Amino acid sequence: MGVLSFVFSSSLGRKLVMAVTGISLIAFLLVHCAINATVFFNDGGETFNIAAEFMGHNWLIRTAEIGLFAGLLWHIIQGIWLTLDNQKRRKSKYGANPGSANSKWYSRSMGLLGSIILIFLVMHLKHFWVVSRFGMPHELGHLEYASGEHLENLYVEMVNVFQNPVAVIVYVLGCIGLGYHLLHGFSSAFQTLGINHKSYTPMIQSVGVAFSIIVPLIFAIIPVAFHLGLIK
Amino acid sequence: MGNTMNINLKVWRQQNENAQGHFEEHKVQASPDMSFLEMFDVLNEQLIEDGKDPIAFDHDCREGICGMCSMVINGRPHGPKGGVTTCQLHMRSFKDGDTVVVEPWRANAFPVIKDLSVNRSAFDRIISSGGYVSVNTGNAVDANSVLIPKDVADTAFQAATCIGCGACVSACKNASAMLFVGAKVTQLSMLPQGQPERESRVVAMVDQMDAEGFGACTNTGACAAECPKEIPLSVIANLNREYYKAKLNGK
Repeated sequence: MGVLSFVFSSSLGRKLVMAVTGISLIAFLLVHCAINATVFFNDGGETFNIAAEFMGHNWLIRTAEIGLFAGLLWHIIQGIWLTLDNQKRRKSKYGANPGSANSKWYSRSMGLLGSIILIFLVMHLKHFWVVSRFGMPHELGHLEYASGEHLENLYVEMVNVFQNPVAVIVYVLGCIGLGYHLLHGFSSAFQTLGINHKSYTPMIQSVGVAFSIIVPLIFAIIPVAFHLGLIK
Repeated sequence: MGNTMNINLKVWRQQNENAQGHFEEHKVQASPDMSFLEMFDVLNEQLIEDGKDPIAFDHDCREGICGMCSMVINGRPHGPKGGVTTCQLHMRSFKDGDTVVVEPWRANAFPVIKDLSVNRSAFDRIISSGGYVSVNTGNAVDANSVLIPKDVADTAFQAATCIGCGACVSACKNASAMLFVGAKVTQLSMLPQGQPERESRVVAMVDQMDAEGFGACTNTGACAAECPKEIPLSVIANLNREYYKAKLNGK
């Protein structure tokens, strides 16, 4: 490890990990969101299943998936560790604390927002990732499309899961948590990487706000639309 | 002078570093033209006349450049106004009958000496770890022989206006000192005089900052919002850049 041990030991190194893994997760969200949005084609999930098939069986994607999980775990573990560590830096608390006077609530609540996302994520992985990687349950099986392709029908799994209103509510809450987490995290990651310049920063911030609204919104509309029967 | 104001103060009293602190209530009559510190002078005169222990607080120049005054006023370092220190805050920023909560900077790295006065020598140790430049002995070189672009000089100067008061630490939810360290590193790394120690400096100062028990940066921006010298958040991005570069070079 040697000189690179600073990513575990120094305050700046530990923040670097949060930023780099955070940006990787942002890239993942973009791909995930684009693939999910194919359900809006209303083609009985054909495009979605083809995309899911590719993502599930392409060796490059599967290898990247290992990196994704490693990055996610590192982001979570280092995030919890940093948060607990940071909370110890002020033993004596302020009597008056008008936090909103100098910063946004979501920038001060990344641990809480991250925990909401984590709760959602456990449910989400159980619903779809476990199912698609370790075998389809019960009657779903495979599906033959007009193209003659034989695919796993992950789309029907979505239809089934989102019949349950509790799942829909948890998914929507998870997306709201994700939106606020990104609202701070997106631009914060660039600041941590040392990118802060009067010409780039306003652009990064605008893209960050747009990303934090649009991506979680698309994710949140899907379960609602399935539940209401708007996607067929 | 004319009109006087009645201010209800809730002031933090703490005998020493290890003692249990508490809030104490006081009533003060102040002029709207007084500075916040002058209002405390009036209160302390009163306490001394009553044979009580006056409230300890730090101050020196009382014109916003020494960095000695502190005080978290209604939860905000140096009070509600932007770009001023406590000594430059006037009572006209408050209303007659207001209750004002006054506390010390709170951070493990800034132990309370007494009441509102805290020990900020952690900052001194960070500076002595790397916040210096090497200078040749002999005659002073002509200042104009070293050319520095105006925008670079301006950015360095803006960072150099940091008075090291510690408001950034007190405002940060993590009690992080990165705005302070960022300002010092930015100032010295941008100017030609700071080049010989550029990489060793940033590593040494960050190591010392961590050793002093300051937290890590969460980029909430509270520090820059409360800084009486309006040091921008970009100095922290610059600190990060300088640090990673030094680390890449094996420092």
